[in-house]
Amino acid sequence: MRLPRARGPLTERLVACLQRPPRSHVALARTDGRDAADDALALWILHELHYRGFEDVDDAWEWAPSLMSMRHHLERELEERLRAEYSRSEGSRSGQAGGDEDVVAVLHQLIEADDGPSLADHLLRDGTTEQACQLLRQRSVYHLKEADPTAWVVPRVVGRAKAALMEIQYDEYGAGHHDRVHQDLFAHGLAAAGLSADYGHYVDEARLPILEQNNALSLFGLQRRLRGAALGHFAAFEATSSLPSRTLARALRRLGLPDEMAAYYDEHVEADAAHEQVALRDVCAVLVADEPHLREDVLFGAWACLELEARTARDLLDHWAAA
Amino acid sequence: MAVEEPDVRPAGDGPLRCRPCPGGPLLVRGAAQVQGDDGTWHDTTRPVTAVCRCGASALRPWCDGTHKVLSQRGVNPIE
Repeated sequence: MRLPRARGPLTERLVACLQRPPRSHVALARTDGRDAADDALALWILHELHYRGFEDVDDAWEWAPSLMSMRHHLERELEERLRAEYSRSEGSRSGQAGGDEDVVAVLHQLIEADDGPSLADHLLRDGTTEQACQLLRQRSVYHLKEADPTAWVVPRVVGRAKAALMEIQYDEYGAGHHDRVHQDLFAHGLAAAGLSADYGHYVDEARLPILEQNNALSLFGLQRRLRGAALGHFAAFEATSSLPSRTLARALRRLGLPDEMAAYYDEHVEADAAHEQVALRDVCAVLVADEPHLREDVLFGAWACLELEARTARDLLDHWAAA
Repeated sequence: MAVEEPDVRPAGDGPLRCRPCPGGPLLVRGAAQVQGDDGTWHDTTRPVTAVCRCGASALRPWCDGTHKVLSQRGVNPIE
């Protein structure tokens, strides 16, 4: 992947800077006001240096001290904004009300109370092939690195939670079969559908809520202190996957997309029915038993997963309705 | 609708661990075979597998999350 196109003054400076050899001092300070898409893309680029990097960027930039303060600043803004929204949400009130309640029960309540619109339901009922392809291009920003942000949490938890987390990660990475790696199943589906399967290919068209979903995942994964949020997010993601995946597989077949693409979602119906139970009961409940102070962060992470998906769905449905 | 009690057996010499989830599937760990409605045995290929107990999964013997739809309608047979 090459560096994406800039979306504003911040990413213009960042992209220009990263095309040169690493330097100890760079002038990246934001002086020209805030632009949400510019900020989100800048943070996405900074995070990507820790995944697979860019063909046109020196790998030594990854830990360049001159980039750390910008990353820190953008991450802190995103986290503070999400935490403020969470504290005003219904989910936060129900989480606090259930102070001593089993964290699995509170997570179930959060998930059941989620009333965000469903992209899968729309595509099954009224969607077009072009809308389905646009959704796949948007999803490709994460799905081609599916499970990678969660992998960063593994060294930060211990014992039963670590074993259960690895059980799921092992399945995500094909359970020893290179042709079953979930991110590659998605790539095969894209290629069969005539779309690009190249990692990061569609970032230039990634909509703001998609960039923020990706940034929140990377933020939670990269910071050890946010391991509770990372695993709460992970559990909510797995627990809201089986039924929509079944609907989406039907929708893709109805719209004439190739079986390889629908098969990616078939796989997630079955896999995530098990992952959901393990993530809730053996990862999150055990983590909170081991480290009770992380309970609120687990709920915050779960809320963030549900809320950011609801924003993505509303954004795309509004976009399609306006077209 | 009655609760299904899945028939599970080890596929090899490895340990087999089964645990029911409240309101949901039976979680099966270890190499295992699970019996389908027609009596045939299906191999699990995952480190941990969810086996249907509500009887309504479209993927039986595997769970597909349908017990949650039954719970929303107040007709989930599993406690």
